[in-house]
Amino acid sequence: MTDPLRLEILSLLEDNARLSAEQIAHMLDVSVETVEKIIDEFHSQGIILKYGAMVHWCKVGQQRVNALVDVKVTPQHGYGFDSVARRIYLFPEVQSVYLMSGAYDLSVALEVGSMEEVGRFVEKLASFDFVVSTTTHFVLKKYKEDGVILDEPDKDQRLVISP
Amino acid sequence: MNLEKKISPVVRDLPPSGIRRFFDLVNTRPDAISLGVGEPDFITPWHIREACVDSLERGMTSYTSNQGMPELLDAISQYLEERFSLSYHSRSEILVTFGASEAIDLALRTLVAPGDEVLIPEPCYISYTSCVQLAGGIPVTIPTKPQNGFKLTVEELEKAITPRTKAIIVCYPNNPTGAVMRKEDWEPLVELIKKHELLVISDEIYAELTYRGTHFSPASLPGMKEHTLVISGVSKAFAMTGWRIGYVAAPAVLLQAMLKIHQYTALCAPIMGQIAALEALKNGLNECQAMVSQYDRRRRFVVKAFQEIGLSCHEPQGAFYVFPSIQSLGMSAEQFAEELIEEESVAVVPGHVFGQNGYGHIRCSYATSLERLDEALRRIERFVKRKRQKLPISSIS
Ligand SMILES: Cc1ncc(COP(=O)(O)O)c(C=O)c1O
Repeated sequence: MTDPLRLEILSLLEDNARLSAEQIAHMLDVSVETVEKIIDEFHSQGIILKYGAMVHWCKVGQQRVNALVDVKVTPQHGYGFDSVARRIYLFPEVQSVYLMSGAYDLSVALEVGSMEEVGRFVEKLASFDFVVSTTTHFVLKKYKEDGVILDEPDKDQRLVISP
Repeated sequence: MNLEKKISPVVRDLPPSGIRRFFDLVNTRPDAISLGVGEPDFITPWHIREACVDSLERGMTSYTSNQGMPELLDAISQYLEERFSLSYHSRSEILVTFGASEAIDLALRTLVAPGDEVLIPEPCYISYTSCVQLAGGIPVTIPTKPQNGFKLTVEELEKAITPRTKAIIVCYPNNPTGAVMRKEDWEPLVELIKKHELLVISDEIYAELTYRGTHFSPASLPGMKEHTLVISGVSKAFAMTGWRIGYVAAPAVLLQAMLKIHQYTALCAPIMGQIAALEALKNGLNECQAMVSQYDRRRRFVVKAFQEIGLSCHEPQGAFYVFPSIQSLGMSAEQFAEELIEEESVAVVPGHVFGQNGYGHIRCSYATSLERLDEALRRIERFVKRKRQKLPISSIS
């Protein structure tokens, strides 16, 4: 897809999903109908998959445990990386699964309520025949996530009023 | 000893900026969303900052030539030619200054003799009147009208010219109105300017922030170079307000005169800023254009929001300000701005600080992220609704 209008709409929505079709239409100087039609296409074509809020859970006292598990696997005949990945990503505590180049094969990100839950998950993983080894890393602190800086909100250095 | 009495009367009588009082008020509200900021919300692009860091590591910490670094003068000359079809010789017709601010002061001090009149279309940037007074001149206001999109018209100019008129200082794209003057807006003025041998001090600091087409400089009209001093800088275009680099391009005779003042009063612009400005002009145009397209989106967003709120607002075509009228609410802009900060924690600047015909308007800067603009406009909408309900029935017509 190289249509600049479609790309611009996507980048606006990626940044702020609360923009209405009307607001987008005004910003890009096109009709509301055009924007609505394109957004509908994004939905039906699976280009826009979901709208959500990015939540800073720590601020509401919700401690979550994040861990990254490096997994080495041996794909078997008729049971390649894709099938292995599916077995893993179906677990609800799994946030993301990536196939990696390098020292291990799959990078699995978890978000759960406690260390014990991570332990239980890794045990489940290790019991699969196709899993050769796992290495688990715990996240100690998040500084930036999905392009958003978490540790100090963007501070506006400018004077509040200037000529 | 009465120190107050020692101050020169010109300075003593200079009114303090109307923005100051408002600044203090807003500063007591750390939670406020400020639409009162007259500078980009972007940070100087990294490669520009890096060019400066690199030069510091190499120990470039000296004075430069009075006029500015030769490479920078060349880059400015080339930039003006490529972007705005202006041809200025880099060694005799361009001077690097401490922001456009110093250039404005130099231009006025160079031209103005005691008693000379300088025309100032208003609303405009707050420095002009005071700089004319400091130079010993007499500022003469030309109020521009919202129904003309705050552009300067021939009739208005003609009416203001007297035998003592020396110059006119214009700013398009305009702070605070966002008005621009296109080629066809300038053309009718040329004859008058030539006939009266006026000099046009053209503050084009917002040139890059022109929407729907590119900026047009009056100096690019036939025969107008001789009449024009083009002032600009990197502050707004490249998000470089803190670097303090501007420049003026003018006929050699005038430039050499300005250079005389500059060498005695400023010596040279800071070398760190000059190095960064050089990088900006040579390799920063893509980022500049990306920022401009962000401003443009916000501009449309904000204009539409004001229309929906029901405050009349001409479409600004440059800079990053909208200048809606709040007259329909039956309150002064000052009262509007004060109550808005009190009740909704949103800061705007009342239009009267920008001079005549600013009364009844507020200046809102959209150099702020879309999310914050969105929130600020929701609050303004709520505020306006509340104020409307308190209006006597008779005024709803
Ligand atoms: C119209 C106008 N001219 C000049 C300036 C000052 O620019 P500089 O930072 O280059 O001194 C400003 C800054 O707000 C401005 O709005």
